[in-house]
This record gives sequence, C-alpha cells and structure tokens, in this order.
Amino acid sequence: MTTLQNARKRPIFFRKAATTILSCFTFLSLCLAISCMCWILITVFSHGMSAISPGFLLNISKPYGESEGGIANALLGTLCITLGSILIAVPPALAAGIYLSEFGKQSRVAIMLRFCANVLMGIPSILVGLFVYVLLVVSTGHFSGFAGSVALAIIMFPVIMRTSEDMLSMVPNTLREASLALGMTRMRATLCIVARSAKNGLATGILLALARVSGETAPLLFTAMFADTWPTSFFTNPTANIPVLITEYTTNSPFESMHSLGWGAAFIITFIILLINLTTRLFFHENKH
Amino acid sequence: MKTNIKLSARNINFFYGNTQVLFDNNLDIPSNQVTAVIGPSGCGKSTHLRIYNRIFELYRNQQATGEVLLDGQNILADSVDILKLRHRIGMIFQKPTPFPMSIFDNVAYPLRLHYKLRSKEIEERVEQALQAASIWDEVKDKLHTSGLALSGGQQQRLCIARALIAEPEVLLMDEPTSAIDPIATLRIEELVMQLKERLTIVIVTHNMQQAARISDTTAFFYKGRIVEVGNTDQIFTNPTNKQTEDYITGRFV
Repeated sequence: MTTLQNARKRPIFFRKAATTILSCFTFLSLCLAISCMCWILITVFSHGMSAISPGFLLNISKPYGESEGGIANALLGTLCITLGSILIAVPPALAAGIYLSEFGKQSRVAIMLRFCANVLMGIPSILVGLFVYVLLVVSTGHFSGFAGSVALAIIMFPVIMRTSEDMLSMVPNTLREASLALGMTRMRATLCIVARSAKNGLATGILLALARVSGETAPLLFTAMFADTWPTSFFTNPTANIPVLITEYTTNSPFESMHSLGWGAAFIITFIILLINLTTRLFFHENKH
Repeated sequence: MKTNIKLSARNINFFYGNTQVLFDNNLDIPSNQVTAVIGPSGCGKSTHLRIYNRIFELYRNQQATGEVLLDGQNILADSVDILKLRHRIGMIFQKPTPFPMSIFDNVAYPLRLHYKLRSKEIEERVEQALQAASIWDEVKDKLHTSGLALSGGQQQRLCIARALIAEPEVLLMDEPTSAIDPIATLRIEELVMQLKERLTIVIVTHNMQQAARISDTTAFFYKGRIVEVGNTDQIFTNPTNKQTEDYITGRFV
C-alpha cells in the first residue's frame, strides 16, 4: 500500500467554515426563540400587572359595564375543564401509547393509529371545537364545561399517545427480557416494570400536553362558552374559563377597564403555563439522572 | 463417573427472519455443573443460550426448531407453560437489569410473583438470597433505597439474588461479567462456583480464562455450529479439533 503522504489533501478551510456558519445559525435561532418569548412575557406582564389585585383574583366576573369584576370563576372553570380533559384523555392515550410501543410496533394497526394521531395533531383546534359543538352542544341543546373538556381531550389525546410511545421505546429491551425471564406475563412486565421505569417521562408528557391545551381558546368558544357565574353546573351550563374571558374582554368589549382585566387574565394564564412547564422540567428531568 | 443431564439441546436450528444463525446444535448440560459456552463474537453463543428459557420469543422474527429437553421434557413444545418454565430456569444478562424499585423489592419481586408468603418469610428469604449472592453485607443497611443507585457489580449481584430467590433449577448467564470491573468479576466467579451445588449453570463468556477457571464442561461455538464439547481441562489443554485449538491459543483468524 502506498503512503498517504503524497495524496492530495482536502482543504480544511471549508470544513471549518461550514462549522462556523452552522454554529452562527444555531446561535441566531437561540436568540430568536429567547427574544420572542421574552417579548411576549414582557408585553403580557406590563399590560396585565396593573390589573392584578386581591379583588381581581377573588371576585367573579361581572356583566359588561359593571365594575369590580374578577376572574375567580373563570380560573375555577378552567381548572375544572382541564382536569376533566385529563381524566378523559389520559387513560386511553396511555393505553394507546403502551400498545404502540410494546405490542403493535410496526403492525398495520399500529401504523394506522400513528398516522391518524399525526393527522389529528394537525387538525386546527377550531375544527375540534366545531366537531364537539355538533356532537355535544347541538344534540343536548346546551353549552357545557364538559363539552369543553371533551374538545380539549381530543387535542391532548394524540400528543400524550405519541410522547408515551416515545418514552416507553426508550426503555432498554434488556429490562423487558429481565422481567419476562423471571416468569412475568407480558402485561405485568409492561405495566409494573417498563411503564414504571418510564414514569417520569410519561408524567412529563401529560403535563406538557396539559400546559399546551390550558390556553386553547377556539375549542372552548363553541363548547364551554362563558358565564358570569361560578361553574356550578359543569355538565349542563356554559362554564366560565380564562381563554374565552381573555378573548371576550380584550376584543369584544368597548370598556377600557375590561381590556385591562383581560390582560390581567392573560398574565395569570401565562404564569400558570410557565409554572407547569418549569415544575415539570425540574421534578421529572432531574430525578432521571 | 456418570452425571445426570439436566438440559439437552437436540438438533437446534435458529433463524432471525430468513437468516439461519444456529445449525444443528446438540449439547448436553450436566446437572449441578458449570457449563461454559465460548467462541468468537457473533458465533451464536448468546442466541443458543436464549433458547433455553424461550426469551427469544419476545421478538416476532426469531424462530427456533428442534428440541430442548429439561429433565426429559421438551420445553420448546407449545403445551409448555412459559411462565412455569421461566420460574425453573433463571437468567442473568450482560448488563445488570435492576428494576426501578428498592433493593428489597427487586429481590422480593419473583417471590411475590410466584408464591403467597407472609411478609416475615419474604424478609428472611430476601436476606438469604442476598447472602447467597454475597451482597448482603453491602446492602443490609440500605435495603429500601433504589436498586438503581448501586454500582454495576453490585447491581449484577442484586440480579443474581433476584434470579436465585425463587429457587430455579437452572441459571443461564449471558456474559454476566463483561460490563463490570475485575474485582466484581472475581466475586461473581466465586459465586458461580459455590452455586453449582444448588443448581445447574450455563455461562456464555468471551473470557477464556474465566471459562477455564470456573467451568466443568466447555462448549466451543463457531459460526453457529458447536465445534467441540468436552471436559474443560481437556478442551483447554488438549483440544481434539484444530479450530478449537486455534481459538484457545489465540491464533484465530
């Protein structure tokens, strides 16, 4: 074999240049992401901060024109609606995620399920709202918080399903083999060992999906609607919630004080979503290592 | 001296999809002895071992033909209850596989899975198993901390304790020391030699000194075939087959 000493060398300059250019792009993207987020946070903060007061957090919302309205009922309503959506979406989404990762894998049913989930994730949320409107509101004759929960659950389902699948696929096969080698059934090995070792990832997926839908407005406009009362009849009556309150107050109201209340509510919901994200990352990612 | 045969592979062929990787394997595993399986990487040692507890069935494209007799009964038959089979034949893997739970719960898991016992008795048996795996002294004060927090060698001994507690008749070991340090390896080797009084052990290893140190019988695999089986001393000092001799003396291509 001849030595490489006399072979023509590839110029090193272009390789280094490519690295530099790519790093620049990465850095610019980083700046873009951070500055967008900061800009939004600052805007919401500066407009919303002035509205925040004990009364704002404790009073219920008032009809147009009345003063001293708050957002307490909308906050509670949002809580009920999102909790309801979790109860509806999580069990089937986890089951489907487990099916995809442990049993279906590359089978035809599994591929179809994945495809449907991808399409479902791409459907505009307002269509989901319309769908539930036809399904639950028109047929029963009344808006309800429950219909809102169903709409949000439809949006959450594919997200949780796919993240669960990803999280479970990251569990090494040796753990499955070790479980089966002790004489466990497939089901037991999956639920007691595999799902257990992926539980932080599963919880992260659920909480991030929750953070994602807790600000969804379009699906709630047609389903939960809004009401200036406490959410006492969740299944039969329109239920107050933060996203619709923000829409109504900031875009549909002629009153300056309501605009400010809307911004306050926007600040609160942003804060809550930020909190969910941060706690999720703190609790479930640190524990992993 | 006549020894009992615990496990016996008869005319085993094994396929990954359409690719055949084991060809007509015949191997008798003597009772209460350590049988070492050696051979170069990719020769089918691990694949062969994974037939004995049918763990390969987890993967749809893997398929075995032939017979494996455990005390005379063909365990590859469909009628065999796979859960009972895996209760009788335990397995240790290359990488330690502690479950995400406490040390105590890890070891107690198979016991709770297969038996109904009072918690007092579970505690006693967990202690015995941890002692049998010579890890008791290291973990007795932290039984309720996570099994994942142990070192690699400790995790592997934890897995051995877990495999022993339900009293299997055979223990399959798939390169159990390849992922851990020399001192932990030594402890596991000592352990294996003690354990053969209680059960039958089949160990796959890359380490020929290890095979020579701890095994009674050695089987040499090459390209999916069993080239030579015999008494370990004889295999390592006076192999009858040229390929075996080349591998053992390191003159292998």
